[in-house]
Amino acid sequence: MTTATIPVGQRDYSLVGADSRRAVEIGLASAEWYHSQVPRAVMKDLMKRTDGPAIRDTILWFALLIGGAWGGIYFWGTWAAVPFFIVYGVIYGSSCDSRWHECGHGTAFKTAWMNDVIYQIASFMVIRNPVTWRWSHARHHTDTYIVGRDAEIAWMRPPRTLMNFLAFFDVIGSFKSLQILLRNASGRLSPDEKDFIPQSEWGRTVFAARVHMAIYAATVVTALWMQSWLPLFLIGFPRIYGCWHMVMCGHLQHAGLAENVLDHRLNSRTVYMNPISRYIYWNMNYHIEHHMFPMVPYHALPRLHALIKDDLPPPNPSILDGYREILASLRQQKIDPEYYLRKELPPTARPYREEFHNLDIARPGT
Amino acid sequence: MPEWIRACAETDIEREDLIRFDHAGSTYAIYHAPDGQFYATAGRCTHEDVHLCDGLVMGHLIECPKHNGQFDYRTGEAKRAPVCVNLRTFPVKAKDGLVFIDVD
Ligand code: FES
Repeated sequence: MTTATIPVGQRDYSLVGADSRRAVEIGLASAEWYHSQVPRAVMKDLMKRTDGPAIRDTILWFALLIGGAWGGIYFWGTWAAVPFFIVYGVIYGSSCDSRWHECGHGTAFKTAWMNDVIYQIASFMVIRNPVTWRWSHARHHTDTYIVGRDAEIAWMRPPRTLMNFLAFFDVIGSFKSLQILLRNASGRLSPDEKDFIPQSEWGRTVFAARVHMAIYAATVVTALWMQSWLPLFLIGFPRIYGCWHMVMCGHLQHAGLAENVLDHRLNSRTVYMNPISRYIYWNMNYHIEHHMFPMVPYHALPRLHALIKDDLPPPNPSILDGYREILASLRQQKIDPEYYLRKELPPTARPYREEFHNLDIARPGT
Repeated sequence: MPEWIRACAETDIEREDLIRFDHAGSTYAIYHAPDGQFYATAGRCTHEDVHLCDGLVMGHLIECPKHNGQFDYRTGEAKRAPVCVNLRTFPVKAKDGLVFIDVD
């Protein structure tokens, strides 16, 4: 493993600032990305849609949700409720993210309405406006970790390690998400949102936020009427007490890696995981593969990985190993925000596309 | 007057698939539908500057390889976000085992 620095100055992560304009000027925005070579016939087979795996996984998902909720209600007020809420919390507060993600791409199910229904349910669970996030995620794929372009950069530099790790129990993030929904529900969109959501969709953004806020209001009223926290433990709070798995996997995606590159092997991470985590995360641990070929459904990602792994940096063998790597990189970034982890490619791989590394991506003041 | 340009042989495109065709500085996508008919559209997605030739044909839909937006390639109609703007279509005819496109 080697290390490298990108010569950049102060970053402006807003989507309407200096870095955004600069990314467009130098050709980093909406650019062509590197991808591994896969014969068309093989890729067609990998991209093929089917309902079976996602229906199976969704039946299990609802069974776990209903079972967890039943146990939590039945044993409410006793310690016996705790294991049920642990399961319910993770299934609600963590796997909602991967269901939101895959159904947003439209790849989980073959049948379009199934993707749409699960997308709406999961967006509500994860406290994301389903309209806003469809567009922000499209931008994330166009301009992955391009400063000033990607609305989903979780690890801005210099890294705020404590804040990002507090997200394991995401009180602050959940309330921020609610604030955004409230703002949208009142008819207002931020300049960043207006940058990546087409104007034709602004009305739908407001409507979706109002529906979500109405459900939260009804939950609070029910809790007050029952004089009990139980309704909130079933709707809303799981996003706080059950999101740790989503955050744990989410940090692994890009933390400590490069910004402003056009090769997902430099800014994304593939990590081998246990089957339970892969069920919760719907195989997004194959993150380089997903970014290179977003049309490949989650259930075909292990096959895609086997096919192209010789063209990728070696995957982290475990979640723990991924975190060791991230923490070492973040420690460096605290001292030198230009630092990023550049993994050695196997001899079978084609070289990194890194023309932008050697550019002086000048910013005001540099 | 239609300007019929020879694009490819019928056998160049598998059923339920597409290929890229470049002509006179423009780029197109030629489709072979599951029912055996041929169709043609502009080559690049209307959402961003991405060619559709690496996309997936499902029935009469083409899914863009970048963000999974979908079009009905018979009409060019945008069917799934993030595509909002329709795709331009071109007349196509198949004759003597060859596929022609009217790029006019
Ligand atoms: S470029 Fe085609 S859907 Fe975005």
